[in-house]
Amino acid sequence: MAEFRMPSLGADMEAGTLTDWLVKAGDTVQRGDIIAVVETQKGAIEIEVFQEGVVEDFLVQQGTRVPVGTPLAIIRGELEEAPTAKPTLEAEPVGRREEEPVRQAARPVVALRRTEGELRASPAARKLAEELSVDLSLVTGTGPGGAIVAADVESAAEAAGAPARLKRPKAAETQKAIAAAMEHAKREIPHYYLSTTINLEPAMNWLEKTNAARAVPERLIHGVLYIKAMAQTLRNFPELNGYWVEGEFRHSEAIHTSIAISLRGGGLVAPALHDADRKDLDTLMGEFRDLVMRARAGKLRSSELSDATITITSLGEEGVDSVFPIIYPPQVAIVGVGTVVKRPWQEDDNVSVSRVVTLSLAGDHRVSNGHRGALFLRALGELLQQPKAL
Amino acid sequence: MAKRIIKAETVQITYREAIRKAICEAMHQDERVFLMGEDVGRYGGCYAVTKGLLKEFGPERIRDTPLSESGFTGAGIGAAIGGMRPIVELMTVNFSLLAMDQILNNAATIRHMSGNQFGVPLVIRMATGAGRQLAAQHSHSLEGWYAHIPGIKVLAPATLEDARGMLWTALDDPDPVLIFENVMLYNMEGELPANAGPVNIEKAAIRREGRDISLITYGGSLWKTLEAAEALAREGIKAEVIDLRTLRPLDDTTIIASVAKTRRAVIVDEGWRSGSLASEIVTRIVEQAFWRLDGPIARVCSEEVPIPYPQHLEQAAIPQAEKVVAAAKNLLSK
Repeated sequence: MAEFRMPSLGADMEAGTLTDWLVKAGDTVQRGDIIAVVETQKGAIEIEVFQEGVVEDFLVQQGTRVPVGTPLAIIRGELEEAPTAKPTLEAEPVGRREEEPVRQAARPVVALRRTEGELRASPAARKLAEELSVDLSLVTGTGPGGAIVAADVESAAEAAGAPARLKRPKAAETQKAIAAAMEHAKREIPHYYLSTTINLEPAMNWLEKTNAARAVPERLIHGVLYIKAMAQTLRNFPELNGYWVEGEFRHSEAIHTSIAISLRGGGLVAPALHDADRKDLDTLMGEFRDLVMRARAGKLRSSELSDATITITSLGEEGVDSVFPIIYPPQVAIVGVGTVVKRPWQEDDNVSVSRVVTLSLAGDHRVSNGHRGALFLRALGELLQQPKAL
Repeated sequence: MAKRIIKAETVQITYREAIRKAICEAMHQDERVFLMGEDVGRYGGCYAVTKGLLKEFGPERIRDTPLSESGFTGAGIGAAIGGMRPIVELMTVNFSLLAMDQILNNAATIRHMSGNQFGVPLVIRMATGAGRQLAAQHSHSLEGWYAHIPGIKVLAPATLEDARGMLWTALDDPDPVLIFENVMLYNMEGELPANAGPVNIEKAAIRREGRDISLITYGGSLWKTLEAAEALAREGIKAEVIDLRTLRPLDDTTIIASVAKTRRAVIVDEGWRSGSLASEIVTRIVEQAFWRLDGPIARVCSEEVPIPYPQHLEQAAIPQAEKVVAAAKNLLSK
């Protein structure tokens, strides 16, 4: 038996409302199937299941708001048998028993949250947090031994907007979630910032040539080049890809690139493009389009919101030269891309007008440093000038 | 020191004199009032509170007693039942233990035992507390023990105003009232309105307002606690100081309102820590204001030893302003 639980769709999520079951009891589900819809601060999210089996029983009814981690349904594995009686000591074979590999259900839970046992908060803080819907795991305590006291919750709530006693419009909810995450980031992550301007002329030329031969829907945008180049470069910079969890860095083999997408009517989401380093540009382009469309329609999937290992943000449409972004916790780095502009560019003692772009990196100094960050930015810049290598 | 806005004429007065004045006034106002105790007449009281009263009121009303606390406290109870308004002085709280049987088994219970036929409108005054190097048989603070007993009221005047005003209100009460006078306060001097009179004995008093932490105390510790509050203020911590005034019944309303505001509390009590009045206050706060607390509640009490004779050890054994400051700062993580 496996429990299908309310996933954590980001560090700032404490609870979600199960709005719809998309399966019935008795249905067989496969890994990756979307089986439920959960309403969060970020909108309605389709939730994937990571176990295979048969939906045995629902534990939470539609319309119920439950904390992250609450079992929502029981899923029985297809080959699962009833548990057998424990062998007696006499029956135990002599010698080392081969440990049966434990089939662990991969859950899309980002383990940023401190567990309840470790969280020190005063009774007043707990009560206030409940009233103001503040996630205590994101609040920094200033009390004795770092305990969270009422004033800490108050300032966290203030930072996240007015007290949430009233039902607020969704945009404000989203903003509150962003506020909590950003406040957390700025308070806890010692950011360092680097930037470099690169000549984008070779990449733009290549892109224009490639697109000229394609129908409009198949054309690439230069944003995809950044995503791919960043993901590919990251393979050599493991300290920029992963999570800072419970006081230590956990590197991620997989490179899931989160893309900051601004929403109409305000707000921002950063869903992930999975395994961006292993996909070709066309695949990435398709997925990118799909992601933007679904993000704006409020139809993102749970895994896309929870497992990004790094983020890229572009303010290219806004006309600014560069961006110094804030890391989205628990990630440890974020890459910023400015606007492509024409500038005098010097190469080999010649000055010509070139299209250039300023790339920036905000890194978590607990994990990486400016030296490695600089090498990363340089490598990224060099790769972007060889678009055929992407 | 009295916090009242003074318009009327004021007089310079000591705590000792304020009590004497209260006794004189009561003797003048009500002929049923009389005083008895060890050395209260010819000697003028071991703390000189009753000096001159024998001359003024005569041996009928200012009565020297044998060294027999149980005997003369019992006589006081009998006189009260019989319609008098006796004031019994016990030399110290340590000696009052000889009269504890009378206080608990008679004074506190007779209204109940007699089916409300008899009340005991008795006032017992006694000295309490350490600081005068009187060693372990004269220096304890056992008022918390008496605050345990239903059927009596327990007062702890800490200010001139209360020393002057509590006695009459106590004599007016139809049931026994015990008044604890801290030995270190007798020489305290200050201004008091010439027309100062009876005060209420129901409410605790906020002697200093603050929003960061509540310091709850009574009696002789009040002044050390105010000193601590002043020291804390210099470090930017605004402490609220509550003078309990009445130890039984406790004024929960004032305590809880203050702690609900400040979210933190230190209890300062010269009694021993275990099973103390301080424990009782902590419990009430936890019972009534748990969800308003921002941390554990601290206590500054006497060390759990017999109060020592040498001055440095005596002072080390009882609450001091520095200990209160340290406890408060610890709770505030400063």
